[in-house]
Amino acid sequence: MKNKKVKVESLTTKKGNKRRQFLKMSGLALAGSGLLLSCSDDDDFTEPNPDPDPELFDLGGGDLGVLNYAYALEQLEADFYTKVLNGSYWSGAAMEEKQILEDLYNHEVNHREFFKAALNTNFDAEVVLPESLEFDFSSVDFSNRDSVLSTAQLLEDTGVKAYNGAGKLIETAAYLVIAGKIVSVEARHAAAIRSIRGNEMDNFKLFAGDDIVDPITGLDGAENPSVIIDAAGGFIVTPFTANQLP
Amino acid sequence: MNLIKFLDEFTSENLAKKGASRRDAFSTFSSLGKKAAIAAVPFGMAAASNKAKAATMFQSDDAVNALQLALTLEYLEASFYLQALDSNVLDQDGTGKANAIYEQISMHESAHVTLLQDTLMDLGETPTAEPTFDFTAGGTFDPFNTNNPDAYAQLLALAQAFEDTGVRAYKGQAGALIGNDNLLTAALQIHSVEARHASEIRRLRGLQGWITLDQRGPNMPSVTQDVYNGEENLNQGGVDVSTLGDESPFTAEASSQAYDEILTGDEAVAIASLFIE
Repeated sequence: MKNKKVKVESLTTKKGNKRRQFLKMSGLALAGSGLLLSCSDDDDFTEPNPDPDPELFDLGGGDLGVLNYAYALEQLEADFYTKVLNGSYWSGAAMEEKQILEDLYNHEVNHREFFKAALNTNFDAEVVLPESLEFDFSSVDFSNRDSVLSTAQLLEDTGVKAYNGAGKLIETAAYLVIAGKIVSVEARHAAAIRSIRGNEMDNFKLFAGDDIVDPITGLDGAENPSVIIDAAGGFIVTPFTANQLP
Repeated sequence: MNLIKFLDEFTSENLAKKGASRRDAFSTFSSLGKKAAIAAVPFGMAAASNKAKAATMFQSDDAVNALQLALTLEYLEASFYLQALDSNVLDQDGTGKANAIYEQISMHESAHVTLLQDTLMDLGETPTAEPTFDFTAGGTFDPFNTNNPDAYAQLLALAQAFEDTGVRAYKGQAGALIGNDNLLTAALQIHSVEARHASEIRRLRGLQGWITLDQRGPNMPSVTQDVYNGEENLNQGGVDVSTLGDESPFTAEASSQAYDEILTGDEAVAIASLFIE
């Protein structure tokens, strides 16, 4: 048993580290609350913008779009597990489940920070998805084991489908390989959560059940970003668009 | 062994190199000697039937090589699980759990064999023939023998090695499928199923579902270490992911668990070769 201390990061938004990014976030927050931001007196917004929804962040196309998309998904997962580890179910959970969920938290936060670093290293800050998307997990009861585990299963299975569907959109082999390195870990997660839940139902095949792996072809799911973003939409507060992704 | 040696040649760079024509490749096969030449016949026929397309086949050759390698690994897994289920060794757990897990995995691996064979035929290629497997690895294991007290443990250990290898091997072939959207997506859809399998087999053995550093885990035979070498890598696309923060997600252990690593075609073939007569 590892003895390391788990420090769950603060949920507060890091603001104002860059003026441009702060303005971008302000725009997102306001758009998210249904208000329209008038920026006519702000020269940061005077440059021509072909984006049809200029008040919304668009993920972009090509490798940038896929990396931003993956960054959004990893933010979603990391935020979920952060809330899990701050919740009462986790603090009182059996040792095995506690360890698994802590590992999942660790991995998803690591993935999130990887995408943040990769995007900021390779792309201009203006086109990188903001780092603190806001999520709404009010539908999840973090004191309830089944609520937490069923949501974890949904998020992990969705992550697998998302990466599987996004592979073909990646142009650079190195990025494809990294997406591959991550998706198999998401699939390991999904199987572990399913395994815990399946054991209780005496369904020992749930780790790769017929509900998620086609029993005829032996294939896992693969979905385009638009399908995934729609499916995850209930959790995502900060609006963004994916106009350049299928 | 001849087939796998042949595959080994086929996957190594000197053959798939851009600029080499199919004809050159075929004459290289011919020079491998009598046994290899026989093994190469299906590919030779495929080459002949595709002569017209030869000029544009180079990228597709990489894809076909990747699929043939995948098929060989799927043959290995499918054969292993069928023999495991036939052996009754799994009944030793007394709960039916191991048997149920192996049934589900066996169904998937057999489906993958069919899918890859069909895909290769759709591409006008001849699927590579199934090798003869030796799951004793030359007498090291005796996993299907109910009189062997270690058979159950060996069945589980071999399954872990095969699944963790499969995950890494598919990942290593992804680059060869760039530009072939349908093939790439299907390969990814198999890849994540292998990862689900790996996670469950590892958990059945009492391990975590993910790989820490290059640890093969307790009670894994040392001959399986090649499956895990390189998994300790922390450098992802030029970034040492253990330096991205200083809390629990960024320990070397967590940072290695969070990313599975690739095996090259040659590395995957070397591992599979331990189990091919």
